[in-house]
Amino acid sequence: MSGLKSNLSRFRGYFEQTAKLMIGVPDYDTYLEHMRTRHPDQPAMTYTEFLDNRLQARYGAGKAGCC
Amino acid sequence: MPRILNHAPWLVLAVLGAFALGTVALARGETINALWLVVAAVCTYLVSYRYYSLFIATRVMRLDPARPTPAMRHNDGLDYVPTNQYVLFGHHFAAIAGAGPLVGPVLAAQMGYLPGMLWILAGVVVAGAVQDFMILFISMRRDGRSLGELIKAELGDIPGVIALFGTFMIMVIILAVLALVVVKALTNSPWGFFTVAATVPIALFMGVYMRFLRPGRIGEISIIGFFLLIAAILLGGQVAQSETLAPMFTLTGVQITWILIGYGFVASVLPVWLLLAPRDYLSTFLKVGTIVMLALCILLVAPPMKMPSVTRFVDGTGPVWSGSLFPFLFITIACGAVSGFHALISSGTTPKMVENELHTRFIGYGGMLTESFVAIMALVAASCIEPGIYFAMNSPPALLGTTAESAAQVINNWGFVITPEMITQTAQDVGEVSILSRAGGAPTLAVGMAQIFSELFGGKAMMAFWYHFAILFEALFILTAVDAGTRAGRFMLQDLLGVFFKPLQRTASWAGNLIATGLCVAAWGYILYQGVIDPLGGINTFWPLFGISNQMLAGIALILATVVLFRMKRERYAWVTMVPAAWLLICTLTAGVQKVFHSNPAIGFLAHAERFSTAANEGRLLAPATSMEQMRQVIFNDYLDAALASLFVLVVLAVLVFGILSCLKALRSDRPTTREIPTGGATARAGD
Repeated sequence: MSGLKSNLSRFRGYFEQTAKLMIGVPDYDTYLEHMRTRHPDQPAMTYTEFLDNRLQARYGAGKAGCC
Repeated sequence: MPRILNHAPWLVLAVLGAFALGTVALARGETINALWLVVAAVCTYLVSYRYYSLFIATRVMRLDPARPTPAMRHNDGLDYVPTNQYVLFGHHFAAIAGAGPLVGPVLAAQMGYLPGMLWILAGVVVAGAVQDFMILFISMRRDGRSLGELIKAELGDIPGVIALFGTFMIMVIILAVLALVVVKALTNSPWGFFTVAATVPIALFMGVYMRFLRPGRIGEISIIGFFLLIAAILLGGQVAQSETLAPMFTLTGVQITWILIGYGFVASVLPVWLLLAPRDYLSTFLKVGTIVMLALCILLVAPPMKMPSVTRFVDGTGPVWSGSLFPFLFITIACGAVSGFHALISSGTTPKMVENELHTRFIGYGGMLTESFVAIMALVAASCIEPGIYFAMNSPPALLGTTAESAAQVINNWGFVITPEMITQTAQDVGEVSILSRAGGAPTLAVGMAQIFSELFGGKAMMAFWYHFAILFEALFILTAVDAGTRAGRFMLQDLLGVFFKPLQRTASWAGNLIATGLCVAAWGYILYQGVIDPLGGINTFWPLFGISNQMLAGIALILATVVLFRMKRERYAWVTMVPAAWLLICTLTAGVQKVFHSNPAIGFLAHAERFSTAANEGRLLAPATSMEQMRQVIFNDYLDAALASLFVLVVLAVLVFGILSCLKALRSDRPTTREIPTGGATARAGD
């Protein structure tokens, strides 16, 4: 039962990640983990800063749309 | 023995697919069920994925799971993030799926569903999916560099600049054509116009909500936005019925064109968080959700295909677009079979997030197969409505006249049974005043989708709702593409103009910003305006031009892939990209030359200009011109279109020559000359 539950929550996690990445927002936890392990000396962006950063990356530099 | 047994299920799939394909192809006269197309397509995809993409992955590319990807090398938690392959597949698919696979097959249905279906299946397996997969691979092996940079690095600086310039022109045309699709769908449609216009305040509200009220709650606001959209559709139905409000939202094509141009300008200079981003969220989720829903509904409803498998219009006399099956079918259906635009996506964000080289097969090849399935669904939706209705919706007023009676008479003469009552009844069912001459694919697809959805949900009473839902779904992501594209075009232009006048390059400068945006909007706005006033419907002229440019970009991408294979010293496998590149070049060059020089004024721009010049010299006026001034305008536009088509031909020929030269140079070398990122250890660039 708990196996099923953890599977479900893992599935939910993937679903959420996929939906967010579709609109250009990568996983925030992954980013935090990365900052913690690789750059412990630097401050990590807050979630809103992180979103804003991704927003600029998606539309700022001139990415072409879809067909 | 076990090895053979491994292949047994695939053999069964192959036989099943061949049987379904045979059933579709050999059906003459009798109506077949759409499920046959679905089965044939899915079997083709599975078998080609299992065998052909595996061959490309192991023999041609020699993917190496141990080799560090750009995501591993540059992991920064932002742009370069090793990502689960299913998550990345979703991202990639959402980026490549757009209006293309939905519109092209609908337009191609005028020749019957069989030619379109065969091209979609053959095209995707041999060309489209190979292109996406190869470019993803090439970009991944070069730190996720963009197509322009890749061409520069592998073919040289000059072809790099040529290709970039070509890309900009393609973008201008794509924006104009997409906007044209929206105009065609919303002209004289108060319900449609109100609903689509309502998305602007909805998006603004979402933007403000996310910025100031509850920052970062993307999921929450997307759900709120979705319900507001549904409310807007329902309210639109009331508006269309109201005697005071309906006239306010009943606009002509030209009025909507000016509104779109103004909108495109304003939207692309506003901050992204305010309008673009929230609408992008809505349109992305709505797009993916609707595609999934359409797939499920087609499976459950299993509609019969009412369009003949092959119509008399394969001879090139079709009313929707002019030109014979070869080469024009192959440029009418671009996305779904092969689309050059995907080369930009495959060398965009996706390669920077690949976790393991082996995943590119599923993401690149598999992603394109999924997109192709969207095209098959669009073909099914367009073919399951009455053929008479299809032609009433897609033929220009110059042929049909403007009443249901005149349209029915013309269409009956073409051999498709239809009564004026059927036309008006369909318009009533979907809550519109008229459905005549709504070319551009979106409205036809909306009728087809409304028919399929309403069989499961709500019956006939809900058809008008589903029709406007489908229109909204398409208009929403087309408009998102329009302002994202204008923004992207503006940056490209500022870069280009900055070469001559430095201050323009500063993207933060308001003057440079406004000038470049204005130029970009003017470029697509001009083409859009010409399309809207064209008595042949605009789509007739511009969809082929879009198809040619898009397929040429695919040709350029495949030439790049061929050069890379030669430089890797894998030329014995270069046929994998050379065969589709050759086919695309043959189709697009033939089509390009025919669009310029064909003697039929419906096809050739010069012949059309000639006809108008002759009339002007004799002092006669030809529709749509109502004055000599407009006659001269039409002639000027013909020359402009001819110049554009010629330009595309020259661009692709130039890249071809540079490509051949690079291949010959690579052949003379006795070792690989590509510049890939290292294999992990201290190995330097091969042969460098």
